[in-house]
Amino acid sequence: MKSLDELNIIRDRAKIKMKSKKDNTELIRVVVGMATCGIAAGAKPVLDALNDEVSKLGLGNVAVKQTGCIGICQYEPIVEVIEQGKEKVTYVKVNAEKAREIASKHLKDGNVVSKYTVGGTIDSVDDGICSVDDTAFYTKQKRVALRNCGIIDPESIDEYIAVDGFAALGKCLTSLEPDEVVDIVKASGLRGRGGGGFPAGLKWGFTAANKADKKYVVCNADEGDPGAFMDRSVLEGDPYCLIEAMTICGYATGADEGYIYVRAEYPVAVARLEKAIAECNEKNLLGKNIFGSGFEFNLHIRLGAGAFVCGEETALMTSIEGNRGEPRPRPPFPSVKGLFGKPTTENNVETFANIPQIILKGAEWFSGMGTEKSKGTKVFALGGKIMNTGLVEIPMGVTLRETVEEIGGGIPNGKKFKAAQTGGPSGGCIPAEYLDIPMDYDNLLQIGAMMGSGGLIVMDEDNCMVDIAKFFLEFTVDESCGKCTPCRIGTKRLYEILEKITNGDGTLEDLDKMEEICHYIKENSLCGLGQSAPNPVLSTYKHFKDEYIAHVVEKRCPSGVCKNLLSYEIIADKCRGCTACARVCPVDAISGSPKNVHKIDKAKCIKCGACMTRCKFDAIIKK
Amino acid sequence: MKKRISTLQFEGTERQARQLGNIIEGCKKDKSMLMYVMQQAQLIYGYLPYEVQVMIAEGMDVPLEKVYGISTFYSQFTLSPKGKNNISVCLGTACYVKGSKQVLDKVCEVLGINPGECTSDRLFSIEECRCIGACGLAPVIMINDEVYGNLAPGDVEGIIDKYRNKN
Repeated sequence: MKSLDELNIIRDRAKIKMKSKKDNTELIRVVVGMATCGIAAGAKPVLDALNDEVSKLGLGNVAVKQTGCIGICQYEPIVEVIEQGKEKVTYVKVNAEKAREIASKHLKDGNVVSKYTVGGTIDSVDDGICSVDDTAFYTKQKRVALRNCGIIDPESIDEYIAVDGFAALGKCLTSLEPDEVVDIVKASGLRGRGGGGFPAGLKWGFTAANKADKKYVVCNADEGDPGAFMDRSVLEGDPYCLIEAMTICGYATGADEGYIYVRAEYPVAVARLEKAIAECNEKNLLGKNIFGSGFEFNLHIRLGAGAFVCGEETALMTSIEGNRGEPRPRPPFPSVKGLFGKPTTENNVETFANIPQIILKGAEWFSGMGTEKSKGTKVFALGGKIMNTGLVEIPMGVTLRETVEEIGGGIPNGKKFKAAQTGGPSGGCIPAEYLDIPMDYDNLLQIGAMMGSGGLIVMDEDNCMVDIAKFFLEFTVDESCGKCTPCRIGTKRLYEILEKITNGDGTLEDLDKMEEICHYIKENSLCGLGQSAPNPVLSTYKHFKDEYIAHVVEKRCPSGVCKNLLSYEIIADKCRGCTACARVCPVDAISGSPKNVHKIDKAKCIKCGACMTRCKFDAIIKK
Repeated sequence: MKKRISTLQFEGTERQARQLGNIIEGCKKDKSMLMYVMQQAQLIYGYLPYEVQVMIAEGMDVPLEKVYGISTFYSQFTLSPKGKNNISVCLGTACYVKGSKQVLDKVCEVLGINPGECTSDRLFSIEECRCIGACGLAPVIMINDEVYGNLAPGDVEGIIDKYRNKN
């Protein structure tokens, strides 16, 4: 790319190409969600079937494209039909057969196949609604970081340019000084989306201020928080955006080389990034003299190998350098001494994904969204016991209630909301009493949770909070790198106490000891992993103390999860003596003759629950 | 995560050794490429037995202990062979909350081995994995490259049989 004019010419041409054919007849654009969740649900056969049927029917005015994550993962595979001047139609849970029907009825004859649309398929959506944009899941969203995901073909640089891609980079390189770029990012109030929420502009400013012969930009794409997948969505759905943002960061901070550290578990993302980088090199959007400005920037990909601690910035750099990914003490901070000992700016994928829009639309536009101290939007990955699982991008400050009940569609099976876990293994839980607080960095911290990377796992009355805390601890014990003692040994001891409690052997003293160890680990660990590891325990203990007490004093698990504390019983009034339970019991713990009430021998029972599933009369309960 | 070097006989071919040699040749000037070399080696051999680690250490001119240190640090590296069909059960938060532990127990029960092990006929191995990012389909398992979602323990046997009959 030699100049802004050249970019504009490509953009105008690509814009037209997305809408119409060479002879100016209008195109019907059909997109299939081909991110990992889509592919897993079977989007590839759908895409093939559509292509096949379109060519068989000779539909020259239809362009079938792949796209990134559309957001409603649970209803994949998703096909959207976009036609000029008509409302978009979203088909969900499509298979090859339905795809062929859609091709012949809708694409050829122009009749929407309403039984396969969002409204026609999903019970909670009104029958008349055809486009996902009109569902409660979407209307509350504001897409900035995810704006191109599910819209453009992630493997086409032209489509990215058509939606103003690389215009921000062009603007920076041709009309802004590096410090002006830093000032814009500072003024926008953008904070790091990876967990800590450190202001991105400050970070950039620190690196820019350091003089060095070499500086680096690093993108943290090692999304390790179980339950969060927004970074994957950006990598798979909008890879060029990340490249553009990193190049802008390089220009602003004086770096000429960048690394993207991406999880090896994201093969689709890696392949799309590799392709995108190669294309940018070819088009001179990376490399020497970009936009004729004399600025040079080169980008490399490094694959992670499955270590949660590498999401910590210093550990990530150690890993890129080819070592065990152990964190380093700070200071010196990466902006002084980072990758290969040089000043380095590191941000995560979602943070970078906001940058081009901030440059193009201005800092005020961005800071106009969100709350006083948390600007912009945040992507949350809704999961767990919630109707609409998927990715949602909402302005900072939306309440948890709106997110769970309106956007998320509430809890399935008429169960009650118990808590939501944010920030994964580093975060904490938000109980029902805080459903109405506006979610931003500071509010979440205040109630003992944290924003983290945006995983939002909803739990209902069937989830045991002690068990959940134990689950996260098991994770951190596994993932502790072992470098510092508080984390390596402390988390292990903490886990043992939780195990004791869930086994029914805990004492009240154990609860005190548990709290003490938590504070010890928090205060003495070297990096963020250890410092935040006790959060799930502390927050569940704070908000659900009664559950811990029930485990310890009454030796009872109120949610019926902890196996050792369970007992199965037969309600005499309901038992018809059908013998089904006795026959299915693997250890012959159930006795009773036909047509007479049966009984469970608790000493023999292994609590497998087989009898309960088998009973047709709901006569077996667990306590 | 505990890892043990495999005690099974190493059966590397010359062709594999040549492939690895070429990769090392292209990377040995840049020590930061060590992890990349190990990732490639695992693609070639399927796992990283002692013999392969020695080849990497000598080729890259780094101490063997460094290679071993990295191989035990990152969960992606495996020191024992995988079965012809590798079953990964996701134990990420979303899957866990929706009962993936019960699914894992069922897989272990059906195959008669524990996570991290390989059946004696080398047909199946089981591993626990962290989030594979398909939370919307929780609980999920992945067999080789295929993902099975929205599972209940009762579905496990049928799925495994499908693979057993294939071989």
